[in-house]
Amino acid sequence: MRRALYALGLFVVASVAFYGVFSAVEYPWNWSGVWQYREQFFHGWLATMGLSLVAMVVSVAFGFLLMLGRRAPWLPVRMGCGSVVEVVRGSPLLVQLLIGHYIIAQALHIDQPLFTGIVLLGCFEGAYLAEIFRGAVESISASQLEAARAVGFSKAQTYRFVIIPQALRRALPGTTGQLVSLIKDSSLLSVIGIEELVQKVKIMNAANFAPLEGYLPLALAYLVVTLPLSHLARRLEGRFAYET
Amino acid sequence: MKLETHAVTKRYGAHAALDGASFATGDEARVIALLGPSGGGKSTLLRVLGSLLVPDDGHVSIDERTLPHDEEGALNERRGNGFVFQGYNLFPHFTALQNITLPLREVHGMTDTQATQRAMELLRRLGLAGHEHKRPSQLSGGQQQRAAIARALAPKPRLLLLDEPTSALDPVMTGEVLDVIRELAEAGQSIILATHEISFARKVADWVVFLVGGKVEESSTAAEFFTRPQTELARQYLEGLSKYR
Repeated sequence: MRRALYALGLFVVASVAFYGVFSAVEYPWNWSGVWQYREQFFHGWLATMGLSLVAMVVSVAFGFLLMLGRRAPWLPVRMGCGSVVEVVRGSPLLVQLLIGHYIIAQALHIDQPLFTGIVLLGCFEGAYLAEIFRGAVESISASQLEAARAVGFSKAQTYRFVIIPQALRRALPGTTGQLVSLIKDSSLLSVIGIEELVQKVKIMNAANFAPLEGYLPLALAYLVVTLPLSHLARRLEGRFAYET
Repeated sequence: MKLETHAVTKRYGAHAALDGASFATGDEARVIALLGPSGGGKSTLLRVLGSLLVPDDGHVSIDERTLPHDEEGALNERRGNGFVFQGYNLFPHFTALQNITLPLREVHGMTDTQATQRAMELLRRLGLAGHEHKRPSQLSGGQQQRAAIARALAPKPRLLLLDEPTSALDPVMTGEVLDVIRELAEAGQSIILATHEISFARKVADWVVFLVGGKVEESSTAAEFFTRPQTELARQYLEGLSKYR
């Protein structure tokens, strides 16, 4: 109850501040054009969520493989995976999308921007996830690994029963943050011609000569998904909580 | 059982935790105590004897059978042993019961029912009935260590290896755990025990290996070691430890 009151209070303050800055610059609102495009907007939202969902699966799988690669017993594999992580994390997604779609995908005769976009987005976020996973796995104490060896677990069993369940809980906060980023980063896919939410809003704004109106519902459309996702993650963290 | 090591060396970087340790027990040794000052190599020797570590040099034999050094062979060897550690090392995300049943099912091929039955039998015997569904963090140190002993005993190991099992416990809990170990020793379990509990070792051990600086200084029957230690180091060690108890 107390939390709800505080939340309401904060919301009112934020709304007033928001309204205040817009009226300070005397922004000429024009919502009628936006309303006409509601169906397009909704389709864009569905596209964004659908491709984000697939890219999440790709990113978790890719991140997990990269993490394993960075812990592999063979030096070339470790170096290769380490380089991929550094290059992918260190360069802008925009550049990766442009080069990946217009050069690499063309060279491989893949003419599916949606496919290319999802794979590239998944790999980009996967490189971050790899480091989150690696940190979590390496935080499992040596005595736990020794206990796993002592009860006779093989390497695979040690991962399955000892490392992953404990690492999962430690990786959860970072992973959720990264998946929220993924949803937002998916907006960049518009540069390779995918009609997701941002692209729809750009079209809408251009058609209505309304520079900003479309962006407000856009922000809301993202928050509608990202806030519950964060909330769900906190609930899960609570469920996995146990003292060590 | 006859336990023998030949010039066993185990290095961690530049430091040799075991530095050419050699000894041989009598043919009928059953409860072997590894004694000696901290940093002397007790824990490392215990791990090498149980195939939890493979030595860099030298070899170990049990009843004239040389222990394998390859990963596969060492894993098989480990699966026939039970380990108990100073810090209990239970899996914190499993209950006491699951800690015991999981290796039974996954490593030793028991069915769920068999594993649960065996685990409950041990938990009852070790005074943990009613605690089986608690996670390690909900148990006291003594209870955790008894659960760890139950986990080690569950697959009926040839050898039970205990690495300073009471060093992290207060005197009351130490008593609980030592009672359990003594019962096991009296019931005929083969045991290797690294410990500082000198009077306990005197009660239960039949053979003593005394280690200093990664080398075996003395290896003799317990009766002889405690009454007529051969080396000056052993005499000093026994005197120092028995001063206040």
